Amino acid sequence: MLKIEEVVKSFGGLTAVCECSLEVSEGAITGLIGPNGAGKTTLFNVITGHYKPERGRIIFQGEDINGLAPHKIFQRKIYRTFQITREFSQMTVIENLMFVPEGQVGERIWNTWFRPSAVWKQEKAIHEKAIEVLEFVELIDLKDEYAGSLSGGQKKLLELAKSLMADPKMVLLDEPGAGVNPTLMRKLIANIRKLCEEKKITFFLIEHDMDLVMSLCNPVIVMSEGKKLAEGTPEEIKKDERVLEAYLGGQYR
Amino acid sequence: MEIGGIIAYLVSLAIMAGIYAVFCLGLNIQWGYTGLFNIGIAGFFCIGAYASAMITTPKPTGVYAHYVNQIFGLNLPFILGLLGAAVICGVIAFLIGIPTLKLKEDYLAIATLGIAETFRLIFNNEHWLANGPRGLMGLPQPFQGLVDPKNYNYIYLIIIVIIMVVVYLSIERAIRSPWGRVLRGIREDEISAAMSGKDIFHFKMQSLVFGAMVMGLGGALYAHYTKAISPDVFTPLYGTFIIWVMLMAGGSGNNKGAVLGAFVVWGIWIGTKFMTDLLPYTLKARAPYIRFLLIGILLEIILIYRPQGLLGEEKEVSKLIE
Repeated sequence: MLKIEEVVKSFGGLTAVCECSLEVSEGAITGLIGPNGAGKTTLFNVITGHYKPERGRIIFQGEDINGLAPHKIFQRKIYRTFQITREFSQMTVIENLMFVPEGQVGERIWNTWFRPSAVWKQEKAIHEKAIEVLEFVELIDLKDEYAGSLSGGQKKLLELAKSLMADPKMVLLDEPGAGVNPTLMRKLIANIRKLCEEKKITFFLIEHDMDLVMSLCNPVIVMSEGKKLAEGTPEEIKKDERVLEAYLGGQYR
Repeated sequence: MEIGGIIAYLVSLAIMAGIYAVFCLGLNIQWGYTGLFNIGIAGFFCIGAYASAMITTPKPTGVYAHYVNQIFGLNLPFILGLLGAAVICGVIAFLIGIPTLKLKEDYLAIATLGIAETFRLIFNNEHWLANGPRGLMGLPQPFQGLVDPKNYNYIYLIIIVIIMVVVYLSIERAIRSPWGRVLRGIREDEISAAMSGKDIFHFKMQSLVFGAMVMGLGGALYAHYTKAISPDVFTPLYGTFIIWVMLMAGGSGNNKGAVLGAFVVWGIWIGTKFMTDLLPYTLKARAPYIRFLLIGILLEIILIYRPQGLLGEEKEVSKLIE
């Protein structure tokens, strides 16, 4: 579904992503792991258009999406969340969700003045959908709170909820489990799995929590020094010598 | 002062406050909802005022042509002057927006401040354009013949109130719709807004242009109130900073607050004028600077003790469906 071919992205003298090639297949939950500085988040930023790669191709559903602006990437039905959550803090939770749907009639200023009934009708539908999504992620009681006043874990759930408002085909999650307590984490895992199975959403996620990765992801891709190092089922990855070396250095062999 | 005089004075005070309220509403679109740091309001004030002046006055002929230069004079009605001012400001904002909206907020501030001063200096130095430092005079006022000239301000106040209400309602409608929600999202986090599929540049441009059009209207209303304009009116203090103080005082991100702030701060500003009149002679010459200082102190006090202003942003803004 998503194919990355020999992508290169460097910052000054540092090559963060170096001729990286990998593939994410449809309908799966693919995990991306690797030591700090392996280039995982940079790769996400390249995929979603925040950085333009120097070389290489990014192909999504057979089309080259390399170098498109972030809002164009969104229009291809790819949604991403951030390692440090980026909610609209001075807006309520439900407004955060209602922000997301694409091409709203009322986003055109003329329509707000001259076609109020069409705006109103769509707004009502979007509101209903937002309520539904909030019930799904169990944030419904907080719908009228400022997003900024949510806890770290709740913000992670909010990010997931926002992604659902987009009707995505693929969601990139950058460390969905970081800073989330175990109870909330179980909820998050259950939600991701349910979305993958019921709504056929493909997930590609970066995570450092190995319990989460091993229980949720298949396959798992390991990145190190800007390249793909290994790929396989969780069991295979656990046994892979190269992966241990990348994480721990050679001294433990 | 007799009672009639006091009322007439209050009316003139309300007219100026009303004009400033229009500017505050314009700034509120840009700063309050979108986070665009425009400190070049005076530029749009200036362009709006000159545009309307030249649209509504005839080009001088005969002996006047020796004394008054203006690049064009269309002699059209007041309403077209207002609309023309708004449209011209919108076009200029669009042109300014192309290079500056890609800048981060503090750089946008520097750019807009510089551009506003540039406009003022162009009008000051280029005599062929709009008569240089002497400015333009004798601007027409609508419904002039209807009442005794000494009561004319009542009519102008009604016009100001009508325009203010129309501007207020159209902004409110847009802000409470998905359009406003996108602007607020951009204000909160641009990158996240882009990731949710919104074309940031496009929406920022709309906000800048719409705000500038409202400011252009304000400039036109000012020009036809004073009937004479010259470049020295459009200084950063009167044209930009006092409007910022008004918006901060009233409540950034709240249109009611924008209007309230204009009236409160203008009231304080005029009030301090009376107070400085009471000062001893030795201090009187310094009085204007003391007033500037007071405005600065007022802004500091607001920012420290009540950063949200008198009326902060409402919690729920997009509420069309309730």
